This record gives sequence, structure tokens and C-alpha cells, in this order.
Amino acid sequence: MALTDHAQVRPALEIGDLAGNRRRRRREGRIRLFFLAAALTSLVISALIVGSLAVEAGRFLVGVDPSALWTTGWFPREGFFDIKTLLVATLIVTSVAMVVAGPIGFATAVYLSEYAGARTRRILKPVLETLAGVPSVVLGFFALTWISPHIVQGIRPAAPLSNLASAGLGVAILTIPLVASVSEDAMSSVPRALREASAGLGARRMTTSLRVVVPAAVSGLVAAAILATSRAIGETMVVLIAGGADQAQFTASPFQPSLTMTAAMASLAGGSDAVVGQGNAYQSLFFVGLLLFLITLGLNIVANRIVRRVRQKY
Amino acid sequence: MTVEPDPAVATDGTAAPDAPRLVLDAKDLHVYYGEFLAVRNVHLAVPHNEIVAMIGPSGCGKSTVLRCFNRMNELIDDCRVTGEVRYHGVDLYDRQVDAVEVRRRIGMVFQKPNPFPKSIYDNIVFGPRIAGVAKSEFDGIVESSLRKAALWDEVKDRLKSSALGLSGGQQQRLCIARAVASNPDVLLMDEPCSALDPIATGKIEDLMHEIKAEYTIVIVTHNMQQAARVSDRTAFFTVEVNPDSDRRTGVLVEYDDTEKIFSNPSDSRTENYVTGRFG
Repeated sequence: MALTDHAQVRPALEIGDLAGNRRRRRREGRIRLFFLAAALTSLVISALIVGSLAVEAGRFLVGVDPSALWTTGWFPREGFFDIKTLLVATLIVTSVAMVVAGPIGFATAVYLSEYAGARTRRILKPVLETLAGVPSVVLGFFALTWISPHIVQGIRPAAPLSNLASAGLGVAILTIPLVASVSEDAMSSVPRALREASAGLGARRMTTSLRVVVPAAVSGLVAAAILATSRAIGETMVVLIAGGADQAQFTASPFQPSLTMTAAMASLAGGSDAVVGQGNAYQSLFFVGLLLFLITLGLNIVANRIVRRVRQKY
Repeated sequence: MTVEPDPAVATDGTAAPDAPRLVLDAKDLHVYYGEFLAVRNVHLAVPHNEIVAMIGPSGCGKSTVLRCFNRMNELIDDCRVTGEVRYHGVDLYDRQVDAVEVRRRIGMVFQKPNPFPKSIYDNIVFGPRIAGVAKSEFDGIVESSLRKAALWDEVKDRLKSSALGLSGGQQQRLCIARAVASNPDVLLMDEPCSALDPIATGKIEDLMHEIKAEYTIVIVTHNMQQAARVSDRTAFFTVEVNPDSDRRTGVLVEYDDTEKIFSNPSDSRTENYVTGRFG
């Protein structure tokens, strides 16, 4: 009864009544295209960068004498391209940085997220983020003029002022805020209910942190470690200033000066017009750049695998 | 049902036959959040192996009082508790008492099921593991706890799969099993059925009746029928609004046998509430 009454009151429905405003629908389509274009921009830029790197790196590899890739140092203007010098120096600096920044940053995050009261966190977090804002040039000189004589030469008095360990410690200072901040975000977003469940079972804060919060936040923590490692590998200024960029002899000792991949590129590019035409020197820049890119890419892929394996969803 | 011996619990006689009849005894309990008095002057005694229900309107402090019983309020930054809560005669708020030790004996089940994002098995053994129980006992603990929570038959074939794959009702029973696995003698339940459908609620109420022989249970509930169905004693809380500051403070109005609270309460406020004429 009621249904028939209703039908009588309202006129019959036609398809046009539900078509909505056509201009608005068309505009929505254009807006979608705009955002798609924005999303594609970074993709296109990445592709262009990789392309240009690959082309020049290919030229380098074709033109270079293979024996020049395995010598005793990196002297591109003289035709010595000992790639292991750069790789080992990068590895040393990154390792020193991560061994120091990883635990400190992680512990900072645990403190901020699990122990600190609201007030402490309000003060400490901005301070930490200020540290992240220190220009790397400043940290480079700090590493050279303070860390090296006071810490590194304290451990190894025979070490020269410029050395990889000082550079690594400088890079560590740069990456601590990154590790701490990303890890803290990951841990803070673990639901409070899980902490209560754990505490309710008689877990101490440390137990809750390590057995409940950290496993639940692990994808964020791995992301923090990877971001920091990428940052450490890519850091240029500190290693250029404190690592001894003028010394490009191969060394496996953190207490010797050497050249990382980024420092090699920067020091070569320092006189970029002079580089052009000097045999393969210019192309070597791209070769090192491509290598750097591949390492970071590999790191990201490995990290994604790890995260997928160990992630606990909440 | 018999209590299975479990080495996870210290042999200090908390469950001995000659233990005091009162398991929990709150006196002069006041709870503050910062300067703000949240709960005023609560006196509440919980006898051995009984189910005590705490009912009352939202904001009356019943959950706050419940959380005083295992010192969970300490997890909140500026919460302060005065008065005393005696647990088998020992003041829980004595300076020598470690809250962690308290919570191992007084288990808690929360409003929203909160299983860890781990396997069903790992959820159950979390408590025993942190208490240092030998791994060889885990399988037995898992089975007996899940049986007590009436969940064993539903999950015995997928103990290693994630607890988050269970339904809400199953998750809540898992949380009860997890609390039971630490072999507490008191279970605090903070509106354990409020996120569940009526069938799951019925299962949990049945469960409470079954485990009552082994545990003393304090349950906070919004559901008066639930309080009437499951509890031996009922405490009715209400909110007093300070007309000057508009501050709301929870007070315990009446605490008596459940039957009396629901049929013949002494206080008119209780009567208004249980008959649905709350105002």
C-alpha cells in the first residue's frame, strides 16, 4: 500500500535524472590525468637518469683497458680506475657509520617511543631533528678537526688526520637522527593495546619493547636501516673533507685516507670542464654513478624481501 | 575442574587453602589524573573464587578501579592512586611491590581483543616464556589454556597460524587463554564482550562460569543483564558532577550480592539504573 502511494507522488525516473552534472564528471577526469602526470614525472626522471648513466658508463667500459680497473688506486686523469679502492672505502665508511648510528639511533627510538614521558619527547624530538639539519659541510669539518684528532687518533695515534674512520663517524652523526626518527615513528604507530596486553601479562618495558613492539614495527625499522645505509653510501661532503680525498691509494684500513665512490665523483667533477677530453675520466664519473645506483637499488630490493618475510601485521 | 600444577607460579602459597578469604580488598581508593580526581573513596572487597561485576554509566570510573587492581594505571603518564589495595593481605601499592610481579598473578582481559600479531601458539606462551617457564612445558600449557578458554577444538589444527586470522569472539577467547596461561589467580575483565556478537558473548559467559572454580574474576560490564547472569556480587558506580567545575568524579554507590542489587537495592540511584530509569 505504502509503496504504491509513494510511486504516485514521485514522477517516473529516467536515466537522465541520474546522469549527474556532465561538466563536473569531465573535470574529474581531467583532474585524474593531472595527478597521474605528477606521479609519472618522478618515474620519467628516474628513467632518464638511469638511461644517461647507462649510456656513458657503457662508453667507459668499452673504452677502458680492463687491466686499468684493477690496479692500486683511483687516478682517473692518469688512466687508473681501480674500482675496488672506491668500493672498499665506501664499504668502510658505511660500515663505521652504521655500526655507530644503528645502535645509537635505534636505542634513541626505543627510549623516545617506550620510555620517555610526553614532555621529554616533546623536547628531545625537535632537538634530534635539528641535528639532522646540520649542513654536511659543517659536519665534514667537525669530523676532520675534532673527531679525527680527539677520537680516531686517540684510538690509533699513528693515523693521519684525514682517514676513513673519521669520515665514517661524521656520517654516523648525520644518520643517527634519520635512524632514530624513522624507527620512532614505526614503533609509536604500534597500537597501545598491544603494549597493554604485554604489560598485563607481567612483561617489563624492555620485554614489551623487544618482544612486542619491535617485531610489530619491524618493517619500519628495516626501512630505517636501509634509508640510513643509502644515506651513508650517498653522503659526499663529509667523506670528501674528512676522508682524505686527495689520497686515492687502495687501503683496507679504516685508519688510512682513501676515496669513496661519492668523493671520487665529487673530486673529479670539481673541475668538470677540465675532465672532459681527458681520456675516459669523464665517462668514469657515470660508471661510478651507475654502480652507486645499482648498489642502492640492490639494497632496497633486499630490504623489501626481508620486510615481507618478517613483517607482523597488526 | 582441578588446578593443574604449573611451575610458572611461585610456591608462595597464594592459592593455598589457608589463604585469606579476601583476594582483593580496596580501601579509601582515590584515583587522580593530574590534579583531577577521577574516582573517589572506593571500598571494595573481592572474595575468593567469586565473580564480581562492576556496572555503571560511562565515565563512572569502573575501568579505572579495575586497573588499580593490577597497577595498570601506572602505564598512564600522570595517574596517581592513593589509599590501599590489599591482595591476599599485601598492599599492592607498597613501595617494595613490583607491578610486574603483580600482573603475573592478576591477569587482565581487555575491552577490544588484543592478540599479538603472532601465531596462536606464540600468543599463549608469551606469559610463560617471559616468566622463564621451560620450553618443554609449552605444548601442555597451550593445550590446557585453550581448553579452559573453550577454544582448543576450533584452533588445534592451526596453532602456528596467525592469531589475527581468528574471528573477534575467538580472539577474545584467545586473550582469555593467554591470560590463563600465566596461571594467575585473579582475572580482571574490562568489558570483555563489548566488541562481540551475542553468540560469542554467550560463549564467554559460559566460560566464566566454568573457570570460576579456579579463578577470582572481576568484570567491568556495560551490560546489566550480563552482570546479573554471571556475577555473584555487583558493584554499582555512578558519576558525580561538580556543579562549579563541571568535573566528573566516579563514586561507588552500592556493593552487594548481585541478587540484591537487581531485586532490592538499598540506594535509589542503583534502583533507577538497574530498572532502566537512570537519570
